[in-house]
Amino acid sequence: METSALKRLQVQRFKPEENPEIHYLNSERGLWSWLSTVDHKRIGLMYLASIAIFFFIGGVLALVLRTELLSPAQSFLDADVYNQVFTLHGAIMIFFFLVPSVPAALGNFILPIQLGAKDVAFPRLNLASFYIYTIGTVFTLVAIITGAVDTGWTFYTPYSTETGTNVLLMTLGIFILGFSSILTGVNFIVTIHKMRAPGMTWSKLPLNVWSLYATSIIQVLATPVLAITLLLLVMERALGIGIFDPALGGDPVLFQHFFWFYSHPAVYIMIVPGFGVISEVISTFSRKHIFGYWAIALSSLAIAFIGFLVWGHHMFTAGQSSLASMVFSFLTFLVGIPTGIKIFNWLATMYKGSIDLKAPMLYAMVFLFLFTIGGFTGIMLGALSVDIHLHDTYFVVAHFHYVMMGGMVMALLAGLHYWWPKMFGKMYSEVYARISCALIFIGFNLAFLPQFVMGAQGMPRRYFNYIDQFQPFHQLSTMGAYIMGVGFVIMFFYLLHSLVRGEKAASNPWGSRALEWQTTSPAAPHNFEHTPVVIHGPYDYHKPMSEFQLGIAHGHHGESHQPETLETVAETGTRP
Amino acid sequence: MDKVLEFLLPPAKSTIAGQVDGLFIFILAVSAVLLVGISFAIIYFSWKYKRRSEQDTTPVITHNTKLEVAWSVIPLILVMIVFGWGFTGYMNMRTVPTDAYEIRVVGKSWLWEFHYENGTVSVNELHVPANRPVNLVMSSNDVIHSFYIPDYRVKRDVLPNRYSNVWFEAMETGESVIFCTEYCGRAHSNMIATVTAHSESDFENWLATANVIDESLSPVELGKELIAKNGCNACHSVDGSRMVGPSYKGSWMAERELEDGSVVTVDANYLRESILEPNAKIGAGYDPVMPSYQGLLSDREIDAIIEYIKTID
Repeated sequence: METSALKRLQVQRFKPEENPEIHYLNSERGLWSWLSTVDHKRIGLMYLASIAIFFFIGGVLALVLRTELLSPAQSFLDADVYNQVFTLHGAIMIFFFLVPSVPAALGNFILPIQLGAKDVAFPRLNLASFYIYTIGTVFTLVAIITGAVDTGWTFYTPYSTETGTNVLLMTLGIFILGFSSILTGVNFIVTIHKMRAPGMTWSKLPLNVWSLYATSIIQVLATPVLAITLLLLVMERALGIGIFDPALGGDPVLFQHFFWFYSHPAVYIMIVPGFGVISEVISTFSRKHIFGYWAIALSSLAIAFIGFLVWGHHMFTAGQSSLASMVFSFLTFLVGIPTGIKIFNWLATMYKGSIDLKAPMLYAMVFLFLFTIGGFTGIMLGALSVDIHLHDTYFVVAHFHYVMMGGMVMALLAGLHYWWPKMFGKMYSEVYARISCALIFIGFNLAFLPQFVMGAQGMPRRYFNYIDQFQPFHQLSTMGAYIMGVGFVIMFFYLLHSLVRGEKAASNPWGSRALEWQTTSPAAPHNFEHTPVVIHGPYDYHKPMSEFQLGIAHGHHGESHQPETLETVAETGTRP
Repeated sequence: MDKVLEFLLPPAKSTIAGQVDGLFIFILAVSAVLLVGISFAIIYFSWKYKRRSEQDTTPVITHNTKLEVAWSVIPLILVMIVFGWGFTGYMNMRTVPTDAYEIRVVGKSWLWEFHYENGTVSVNELHVPANRPVNLVMSSNDVIHSFYIPDYRVKRDVLPNRYSNVWFEAMETGESVIFCTEYCGRAHSNMIATVTAHSESDFENWLATANVIDESLSPVELGKELIAKNGCNACHSVDGSRMVGPSYKGSWMAERELEDGSVVTVDANYLRESILEPNAKIGAGYDPVMPSYQGLLSDREIDAIIEYIKTID
C-alpha cells in the first residue's frame, strides 16, 4: 500500500449526480435479480430485511414474556411455554438478529463504498454467506415448529442433553449459521486489505471500517469454537458419547468454558461494529474531526484481543478455581478501559462542534447514555464479590439489555437512519423519527432500570413466576416494554412511508466528508462511476468538499490496480 | 444513604454481606458521578454548540495526549481499586473457617434436601445456628442448580459430578429465602426454600426433634404435615388444579391411564411405588421428572402420606 500512496495519479473531480436515473436498485429488475445478485448492497439489504423480520419476532416474544410477568403467578402461559418463549427470544435476538445486524446488514452495504471499492473481495462467497444464513434459520424454524426448545439460549449441559425438546435441530441451525458469520468475516478482512481505493491508507480508513475489521477478526477466530461445541453437544445427544454429561463420564462445566469462549467474544461481535457507526455519526453531525482517531481505532482491536481472554467471568459461581476467577476478573477490568476511552473520545468530538440534532445523532446520544450505564453495571458484575450476589439475577438481564439493546440496537438505528438516504435515495420524516426515538428511550429505561433494582434485591432470571415483593418492578418493566413497542411500530410506518412516498434524498444530505457520501443516492450499481482517489481522511472537515470528490481522470484506467473490476464496468456499459 | 441501600439491596444478614454492599455502593457512587458528568456534557454540548448555519466551521482538534492519558489512567486506577476490593471479598467467601458447622445439601429437580450430622433430613427448609460459620457441602442429583441466599449474599452452583461448597455466618436469627438461580427446567422458579437461623440452643433443640415423629398426631395429620415438609405440594395440588404432577384430589382408588396406554388403580401399592420409584409408572400427559424419596421417608411416614391422600376428595 505504501507504493500506491506514492504513485502519481492523474485525478479529476467527479461531483456526484443528483437523482440518478440508473442506480443499484433499478439497474436490474425482478425477484431473480435479487436472489442471484452478487452486489454487496443488495445482499446487505436482504440481510437487513431478514434481521428486521427476526427483530420483530424476537420483540413480540419479549412482549409475550413481559405480559406473563405482570403477575407473580401463572396467567396465560404455562411454565413450559414460558421457558420455550424465553429460549426463542434469546436465541433469535442473539444468533439471528444481533450477530448479523451491523456487520452483515449495514457492513455489507457500506463497507465497500467506504473503501471506494466496487464490491467485497469475494462477491459470490458473500451471496453464499447469505444463503447459509437462510438455511440456518430454516433449520431453526423447523426446530421451533416441530418441538420447541426450552434450554435457554446458553444450552447449558446436562439440561440441554436431557430435555425432551428439539435441541438437536436447533443446534444444527446455529452451527450452520456460524459458517455464514465466518465467511462474512473472511470476506471483510480480505476486502479491507486488498480493495482500498488509491490513497486510502490505513490512517485514512473510516473508523467504521476499523471496527468492522476488529469484528471480522473475532468472527473468524471465535465462531469455530462455537461450531465445535455445538457439534460435541450433537454427538452427545445423538450418539451418547460422554463429553458434558456426568452420567456418561463427561463434565458439564467444560461446556460452559467452551460456550463462553465463543459467546463472550460474540458479545464484542455484536457491540464493536456499533462503535464504528457511532464514530461516523458523531463526527458527521458535529461536522468536526473525530477526536483521537487512533485511540478509537486501536481500542477496537484491543477490545477484540482482550475480549478473548475474559470468558471465565461468566463462571464465577460455577466451580472454577479461585485463581482462575481472579485472573478473569482482572482481565475483565482491562477490557473496560478501551471502552471508556471511546466514550470520552466521542464526547470530545462534540466539543466545539457544529451539532445538528437529526435522528441519527439523537440515537447516537441515546447510545452514549445507555451504553455508559451498561458499562458501569458491567464493572459491578466484574467485581468478584459483588458478582457472587448479582450473578444470574435480573441485574445481569438488565446489564446485557443495556449493552445489547441500549448499545448495539441504538447504534444500529443510528446507522440505519444515517445511511437510509444512501440505501434508498429517500428521506424519512424527521418529526416521526424524533418521536419514535423519544418513545424508545423512555420505554427502554422504564423497562430495564427496574430490573437492575429487582436483580440487586435478588430476583433470579428465567423465573416463570416470582415472589410478590418483585411485582411493582415487573409491572413497570412491562409498561416500558409496551412503550418501546409503540416506538418501533411508529418507526416501521414512517420508514415504510419513506420508501413509498419519501422525499428524494440528496447525494450527501448530511454534508459529510466521508467517501460513501461522494456517490449518488441511491448508490450507483458499482458504487462509483470512477475509481475514487483519496487524499484526505474521512473526518477532515477543514478541507473543501471538492477535494473529497476526486477520481482517476479518464483514460488512465489501464494503470489501475483493479483490472478485473474494470472489465465488469465495461461489460455492463454504465461508464459515463 | 440507608434508604437507598434498603431500596437497592436486600437486608444484610451475614457477616460478608457488609463487605459486598460496601463495594456495590462504592461502584454505584463513582458511576453515578461519572454518568451525571457524561450526561451533562452531552446535553450541554448539544445546546452550546448547536449548529447555527450550514457554513459553520469547526476547529481541527485531532487529539490531546495529556487529556487522553488522564482519561485512561484515572479509570484504570479506579477499576484496579474495584478489582482488589472485589477479590478480597471473594477470598473471604471462599475461605471456610475451620470451625464451620457442616451441612450436606442435595439439589434435585425441583427441591432442596438438607442432611444434618445426626441423620436428620429436611426438605426445602434449611436450619442453621446463627453467629456460627456454616459450611454447606452441595451436589446435584440431576442437572446443574445454583444455591442462592440473597440476604446472605452467597451463591454457588450445585453440580451433578462433584461437590461444591458455600459458607456463611448468619448475624441474627430469622428467616430468609433460598432461590435456585441456574435454570433447571419446568419448575425452576418453584425451587424455592427457606433458611432459618436459630440461636445455638434453639438449633440444637430443632435438630434433636426435627425428624422425631410427633406421636400425638393421627396418621392423616402426620401425612398432611409431611406433604408440606417434603415439598410435595410444589408439584401436586390438593384442589384438583393441574401442576407439574397429578393432583391428589380424588385420586384415591381412581383409574389412571399411563403413558403406555395401560390403566392402573391408584391404590396403596401404586402410591408407595410412586413415592419410592416415581418414574416406574408415569401418568399419561405427565413427564418423568419427580425425584425419588427413597431413604427420605420411613415406612410409617409413607403410610401416613397414603392415609392423608385417601382423605382428599
